[in-house]
Amino acid sequence: MEHASLAADFVKNDERAHWHDRSLWFVRSKRDKCAHALPEWELLRETASQIKLHLMSQLDRYLEEFERNATRLGAVVHWASDAAEHNQIVHDILLSHGVRKVVKSKSMLTEECHLNPFLERHGIEVIDTDLGERIVQLRDEGPSHIVMPAIHLKKEEIGELFHEHLGTEAGATDPQYLTEAARQHLREKFLGADAGLTGVNFAVAETGGIVVCTNEGNADLGTSLPRLHIACMGIEKLIPRAADLGVFLRLLARSATGQPITTYSSHFHGPREGGELHIVLVDNGRTDLLGSDEFRRSLNCIRCGACMNTCPVYRRSGGHSYEATVPGPIGSILAPARDAGHYHSLPFACSLCGSCTDVCPVKIDLHHQLLTWRKELALRKLVPWRKRVAMKLAAGVLKRTWLYALAGRFGRAMLRWMPRFLIYHRGNPWGKQRELPPAPKRAFRQLYRQERKRRGQS
Amino acid sequence: MKVGLFIPCYIDQFYPHVGMAVVRVLERLGVEVDYPEAQTCCGQPMANTGCADTAKPLAEKFLSVFEPYEYVVGPSGSCVAMVRHHYDELLHGRSGFDELKAKTFEFCEFLTDVLKLERIEGAFPHRVGVHQSCHGLRELRLGSSSEMNVPPFNKTRILLEGLRGISFSELSRADECCGFGGTFAVAEEAVSCMMGLDRIHDHEQAGTEVLTAGDMSCLMHLEGLLRRQKKSMRVMHVAEILDAAAGEAP
Amino acid sequence: MASREHILSAIRKRLPESQPAPSLEQAWTTYADPTQQFADVLHGVGGLCVRCRNLGEVRAHLASVPEFSQGTRICSAVPGISLGNVILEKIDDPHDLADVDYAVLPGEFAVAENAAVWVDGSRVSHQAIYFIAQHVALVVPAAEVVHNLHQAYARLSFPDSGYGVFISGPSKTADIEQSLVIGAHGARSQIVYLVDEMSAN
Repeated sequence: MEHASLAADFVKNDERAHWHDRSLWFVRSKRDKCAHALPEWELLRETASQIKLHLMSQLDRYLEEFERNATRLGAVVHWASDAAEHNQIVHDILLSHGVRKVVKSKSMLTEECHLNPFLERHGIEVIDTDLGERIVQLRDEGPSHIVMPAIHLKKEEIGELFHEHLGTEAGATDPQYLTEAARQHLREKFLGADAGLTGVNFAVAETGGIVVCTNEGNADLGTSLPRLHIACMGIEKLIPRAADLGVFLRLLARSATGQPITTYSSHFHGPREGGELHIVLVDNGRTDLLGSDEFRRSLNCIRCGACMNTCPVYRRSGGHSYEATVPGPIGSILAPARDAGHYHSLPFACSLCGSCTDVCPVKIDLHHQLLTWRKELALRKLVPWRKRVAMKLAAGVLKRTWLYALAGRFGRAMLRWMPRFLIYHRGNPWGKQRELPPAPKRAFRQLYRQERKRRGQS
Repeated sequence: MKVGLFIPCYIDQFYPHVGMAVVRVLERLGVEVDYPEAQTCCGQPMANTGCADTAKPLAEKFLSVFEPYEYVVGPSGSCVAMVRHHYDELLHGRSGFDELKAKTFEFCEFLTDVLKLERIEGAFPHRVGVHQSCHGLRELRLGSSSEMNVPPFNKTRILLEGLRGISFSELSRADECCGFGGTFAVAEEAVSCMMGLDRIHDHEQAGTEVLTAGDMSCLMHLEGLLRRQKKSMRVMHVAEILDAAAGEAP
Repeated sequence: MASREHILSAIRKRLPESQPAPSLEQAWTTYADPTQQFADVLHGVGGLCVRCRNLGEVRAHLASVPEFSQGTRICSAVPGISLGNVILEKIDDPHDLADVDYAVLPGEFAVAENAAVWVDGSRVSHQAIYFIAQHVALVVPAAEVVHNLHQAYARLSFPDSGYGVFISGPSKTADIEQSLVIGAHGARSQIVYLVDEMSAN
């Protein structure tokens, strides 16, 4: 489905669309407070961007360095070209350890690879432990936001869901009560798990360590109880030095939720005593982006979600209207890179306001990349033919001044004289909720000429 | 100083009085203005739809039309941003292109940056709500955007602030997009209109009598919504306010 | 291993022009009173900072904390504070810590800008204790407060500890309608004791 029609469905429920918009704007406002409280905010953004661009320019060397150091610390490093290989690697590790139950903390990469359904098909129970992720998992749907997976749901819906699955009281909607129920439910899962799976926020080439950030403590509980820890990461999650973490951790939570830092920022250097640590490095299209001058910067992304929170379209259309693992501005760049035919409408789900670019902590030029995607899609003939033909026709007129002036006079006259029903009809989306601009008798060029003439005479 | 007036196509066709206001304001300030009639459209609608090759001849036309002028001034941040930031791939290496980029200004920034005006004489005793058009704000940097931690400034507002009797409405969301976005306005009609109505409500709660902006395209969209809803809020381009205010000068 | 070579060679074919790494030596924000800043920020993220002259004062304060005094399973891993009935070293399996009500644990240093305390996992027998206990108190030398994260990383050297974590306040979530709830999976409350003298009195 096209984004526009899914968005229109979302907007139809005006009360809910506004509720969604306000929830996310609230997060954006918290982010603003943090950003404005730190005098070096813009310097941090610039530094983070430069670190990532530096990393990209030597990614091969840094990956090897990371592998070397992580291996020396006792971790096992795996490489996966695509989602299928990633899933297979994870499954093989689990199988060789006889694992039946896995607890997982948030990892957008495993969402991207659709790991959960794959493992479930192979008889392994995967429990998402982030509260928001657990909620959408119980609903059997994907997250609608990369940081707040259940931001599209009201507490009444979550209450009903928990009543059905966790046995909470019917009609209970108090977030405190519902969170407590999830805590009890997930404690059991943590205690019964054979392995812990996590994503990776940052991997440090210099030390061979990985850093995972959560507010709930689920990554730490999930890895400190079972002996087996599998961490899955896209190859762009690397940073060169441990000191770079100072820059990124200062930006991440402030941008994401308006916190000064996530509650837990956990640094894993090798497996814990008696345990095993496997790190899966995944490409899945990232090297293609690396090779593109236009889209390379999208690999800077640290998945903070700030571009979603600020995007006026995302806020009013909901994450699911993008039908992609990562929604919003950054998702609208990443998804077409994976499948341009399927996601061709996403780069157009944008008014090019540029707020995402200004909010991005790693300075991805998001709205320019979306514009570049539009060009790319037009080249691949993936822009609807009606749009392309309309633009060609318009340009044909606009190239010739006399034709443009004539068409303008004719068009304005039509607008003045035509009955309303011939102007405002189903084929005119502008006029559905808006009046067309006034159609003056004279265009500026005519007024200007008259005025000059009058002055010349006087 | 000879200024080539760049009147974007939709202003030429639908809002001629905005163009005339620009002429009057500039002439009052002693600027010699000329409107080259051969101009049509900068090609932004095509470029923003991804049809760069379709936009190219229009960019070439623009370059040749405005080549002779010392400055090019247009009352639309979005169209000026097209020239300054998005013509690169269409006109890269053409003779006169670098000069074109350097000499093309949005109306307000021409007044503040080239004419170095700090205030304009006049009176406008109304409560004005300034809509920060996105391309003016985040492409041309006519003001500081709310996302960034930079010293606050605003080239549009500073011109209005000197008018006698004027007051400003303060919005709950200082610079959110109105939802026009060119073809976005029709391709994503539902979201576009919701965005526009949300801006209007913000201005209503802030007590805006006159809604203004440096970009008539945003105002075309907002005015369309206001008129359909039969609301009394008036819409004026910044140039119209400056022009009307001068009429009130002592 | 075929994929390893495949990915690395794909990267080498696409490497962009070399870019230098930026300098991290900048005039990053510092605070007139970093301890106060730490306490203020910690309060903002749901924790409590208590300044003590010595470990005796920590014990005395703990006695006034209901979560501590009402707890039945309590442990301490802070040298000099021996209390409670759970001895971490004597536990083989971290799962057995599931019923710990209150844990008093060491923290290495504190960061003023974000109320984070650096915890070194190697200081305790089971790192799980930091997350599995219902309530946690961290005991940090008061002299060990740095201004910002850059200073924090300057004093860390990896991989001296296999596992380390910055903890800023108690566990929390806002996944239900953005309502902040303290006590998601980890600690339901957190006190950070900044202690002048790490001795009994």
